[in-house]
Amino acid sequence: MANQSDNSVAFSAAELEFLAEDEMVEIVPNMRMEPLNLISGDFGPFRPQIAAQVPLWLAVALKKRGKCTIRPPEWMSVEKLTQVLEAERDSEKFQLLPFHYVEISRLLFDHAREDIPDIYMVRSLIEDIKDVRFHKIGTGLEIISKEVTYALRSCEESAGFFNKEAYTDLVTLVLIS
Amino acid sequence: MDSGDASGYSAGVDDDYESLLSTTDAELLKRAWRNEKAAPEILQHETALVQRSREQIQLMEETVEEFSKNGVDPLTLSLYQMDLDRTLFLLRSYLRTRLQKIENYAFHIQKNTDLWNRLSKQEQKFAERCIDDTEQHLDQSVLSKLPHGFKSHLKQSSLSLADDMVPEPQLDQYVICRSKKFLGSFQLDDSGEEPVNIEANDLYALPYKSIKPLVESGQIDLV
Repeated sequence: MANQSDNSVAFSAAELEFLAEDEMVEIVPNMRMEPLNLISGDFGPFRPQIAAQVPLWLAVALKKRGKCTIRPPEWMSVEKLTQVLEAERDSEKFQLLPFHYVEISRLLFDHAREDIPDIYMVRSLIEDIKDVRFHKIGTGLEIISKEVTYALRSCEESAGFFNKEAYTDLVTLVLIS
Repeated sequence: MDSGDASGYSAGVDDDYESLLSTTDAELLKRAWRNEKAAPEILQHETALVQRSREQIQLMEETVEEFSKNGVDPLTLSLYQMDLDRTLFLLRSYLRTRLQKIENYAFHIQKNTDLWNRLSKQEQKFAERCIDDTEQHLDQSVLSKLPHGFKSHLKQSSLSLADDMVPEPQLDQYVICRSKKFLGSFQLDDSGEEPVNIEANDLYALPYKSIKPLVESGQIDLV
């Protein structure tokens, strides 16, 4: 059914993954294919060993059929993530990470295991970052009270994001209690 | 094949002409779907967008059929099919979310002309049938058997001043939103709170009521 989520939480996990699958990633095809004229856009042409930008769902589909390797996005390296984790722990604001980093990393772990170096390290770093952020959101939300119209600003830099699903869960929890 | 640039889009955002041009129908549909899912009340029906999306989907379905007859390689075929399925899902989910809101708040929508005008023709017919059926059901099963002052399905008793049996959407529910441009100082509500600066691309958690006009004019996206 196209509308399985109930109304108390606006988006189900599957729907969030659906949204995340539209993010672009880089792939290295190992075959040749003509351009694709899809409703969501035009992609290709694909030539062996030449990198191309495609949406994540397309990359995963090609990967499953063994037609390409996926290059992990640049924010998903051990050094970058360690930096982010440190900064996250030290500051009150949220750090720069793509909007759907949890869904993107999960999809890549499931389907592109061998394309990610140090996968266990990366996975545990992302878990840690997630935990630190949850904690921040929780403490931030305790400040909000219903009588006051309060705009909670989530980050200082102009393009910072965090996991929306977790945020909605916590918002619902805190505002109901 | 940038089919469907946003030429039918009516918001007066002339200074963002370029970014509008680069918004494909697929993006617009995704945006409309997200807004509809996150908003507590029903939003304006995007008739032109739905119509265009349907046409594109139909075109794509015919293309896929042709491909499968001509024996195009199955990988390409399955990729086209996947894209088609994703777009179909978006469209269906958009319409279904709206229907769910109509079902929940049917009486309220009927009373409020502004909300009624946000529905498409078919949705209005659906809403009317919904209302008739619910009225009839409540009447036959319970209301006709209650004592005289309590028979209305709109009021709790004949002493109520307002229609208090009609559920209304919670407009001060908090929503998470993001604006594409810098909107400057914005007054959140009338309780004398200082205005808040809304920057581009930052996420905000605000009560829906405060940003209602901005959502309607397309300046803010719900997430």
